[in-house]
Amino acid sequence: MRTALVIGLLAAVLASGCGGGGGGQTILADGSSTVGPFTTRAAESFKQENSGVDVTVGISGTGGGFERFCAGETDLSNASRPIEEDEQQLCADAGVEYVELPVANDALTVVVNPANDWATCLTVEQLRSIWEPRSTVKSWRDVDASFPNEPLRLYGPGTDSGTFDYFTGEIVGEEGESRTDYQASEDDNVIVEGVSGDNGALGYFGFSYYEGNQDRVKAVEVDDGSGCIAPSAQAAQDGTYTPLSRPLFVYAKTSSLQRSEVAEFLRYMLDNGAEIAEQAQFVPATSEQLTDANARLDAAIGQ
Amino acid sequence: MAVHDSAAPLTLRAPRRRYSEDIVRIVLLMAAFVSVVTTFAIIISLLRPAIEFFTEISPWEFFAGTTWTPLFLEGEFGVVPLLVGTLVITFWACLVAIPCGLGTAIFLSEYANPRVRAVLKPVLEVLAGIPTIVYGYFALTFFTPFLRDIGVQVEIFNVLAAGLVMGVMLIPLVASLSEDAMFAVPNELRDGGYALGATRRQVATRIVVPAATSGIVASFVLAISRGIGETMIVLIAAGQLAQISADPRVSLETMTAFIGATAQGDVPTGSIEYKTIFAVGLALFVITLAMNIVSIRLVRRFREVYE
Repeated sequence: MRTALVIGLLAAVLASGCGGGGGGQTILADGSSTVGPFTTRAAESFKQENSGVDVTVGISGTGGGFERFCAGETDLSNASRPIEEDEQQLCADAGVEYVELPVANDALTVVVNPANDWATCLTVEQLRSIWEPRSTVKSWRDVDASFPNEPLRLYGPGTDSGTFDYFTGEIVGEEGESRTDYQASEDDNVIVEGVSGDNGALGYFGFSYYEGNQDRVKAVEVDDGSGCIAPSAQAAQDGTYTPLSRPLFVYAKTSSLQRSEVAEFLRYMLDNGAEIAEQAQFVPATSEQLTDANARLDAAIGQ
Repeated sequence: MAVHDSAAPLTLRAPRRRYSEDIVRIVLLMAAFVSVVTTFAIIISLLRPAIEFFTEISPWEFFAGTTWTPLFLEGEFGVVPLLVGTLVITFWACLVAIPCGLGTAIFLSEYANPRVRAVLKPVLEVLAGIPTIVYGYFALTFFTPFLRDIGVQVEIFNVLAAGLVMGVMLIPLVASLSEDAMFAVPNELRDGGYALGATRRQVATRIVVPAATSGIVASFVLAISRGIGETMIVLIAAGQLAQISADPRVSLETMTAFIGATAQGDVPTGSIEYKTIFAVGLALFVITLAMNIVSIRLVRRFREVYE
């Protein structure tokens, strides 16, 4: 990821160097590593139809992306959560106006080992008892008295990840608050490896990684007080998979929308959203979300 | 010196300056200089963020603290768990590398006939040429399941598999350096031993090995340094759980694994998490430097000079 970032930055430097020359055919995007693949996929198909327009997609993380975005360095910012208040302030101070476009959805998925036949459904309360800071839960029996006395081994994303922010925010209640004695990895494949190799394991990551590894890990249903719901594209779209389904956003700088290639790229992204989401293994945006996004985009371009 | 009694200008000294010689000399000097300059550049690049780190976190908290959670909210910066992880894994690696490496060296130098040698040497070289990432996945996807099959209840990421496989990786290093040292022992010493009626084993263990001690010890220390600095195997097979434990069946995090894993993420430049990488890197550098100094001393102390 670091290399990708460096390449992205290099490209950004090159682009800003050349941009003054008048070409202006490069669109700069940065932000969430979860949303990054979506924008990249959109950029690839867009480029096939509009040669000459390059979209560079960095993955500095949602927070890092907004930092650059509000400094006016990028045209688009990928985000796996809505922009926060202090970031809004940062943008306002720098005079950067923007429009928020929901482009896809994600169902954060809690996974266990396929040999785990006891935990088919966990309540939010149980997940919190597992993941809260200084949690004393050491075995599955501590989670529920009916579970076997199998040691609980935890795997999860690292602290830089928007997935970590979202999960801790929704489950523990405070963003970034988490127990620390778990295998943390920025590489979701390591989590797959760990959960599939340990009978007592539990982990979490974005839905697309679960879809790609269904033969190796098992998804747990989540009960938010209104029954057990399994993660799925359907449940994420209709909002029944709570609290772990989340919209994913692309933020666009209003002034960049005056450049025709930026406006066209975003229209292309929304018009082909379902297809791009499928190719990049995301949960597509709902038609309401897309209608809403299109309206916002039109309004912003029309300004 | 030139002889002046004849008119012939016969002299050994070159009549003119050979610039090609100078160029070669300068090029070679620069080649040697690259390593010196790089070493100093590394120290400087490590020092600045590390010093900034230690203005925020006291060295006492860093070196004596037993909780390592620098990336979390209210993070703690005690490096001891990483230090323990590094040393424990290196210990298991040495448990394999030192006996196997030394045994291989003695066999190659004292016992093997040329035909066996011709097979064994290239195999060792192949072993030395395998990229460490391959060893890492070998440990994770082959050795850990193997340990489970033979009844060792290891976690999926564990110290034992990472350490033992790292030991295998270090065998060629110990073997080839030790063998060089034994090879350099003059044959007169061996012949003297045989003349006194010593067996092959006695010659090997009481004459050749003691005579080659300095080289053998150097190979051990180098292997330990290499083990402490190894990143890929531990990153893949030992996991990233910074805890203090002597149980080889669980997961530990080493200093190198922390650096590798954290540099992979999106730590903002200039943040305390970012500086943590350099502080750990500096500590690692100091450890290996100390090891090398020890190694040089040991070599001097045990050196046997012949002729």
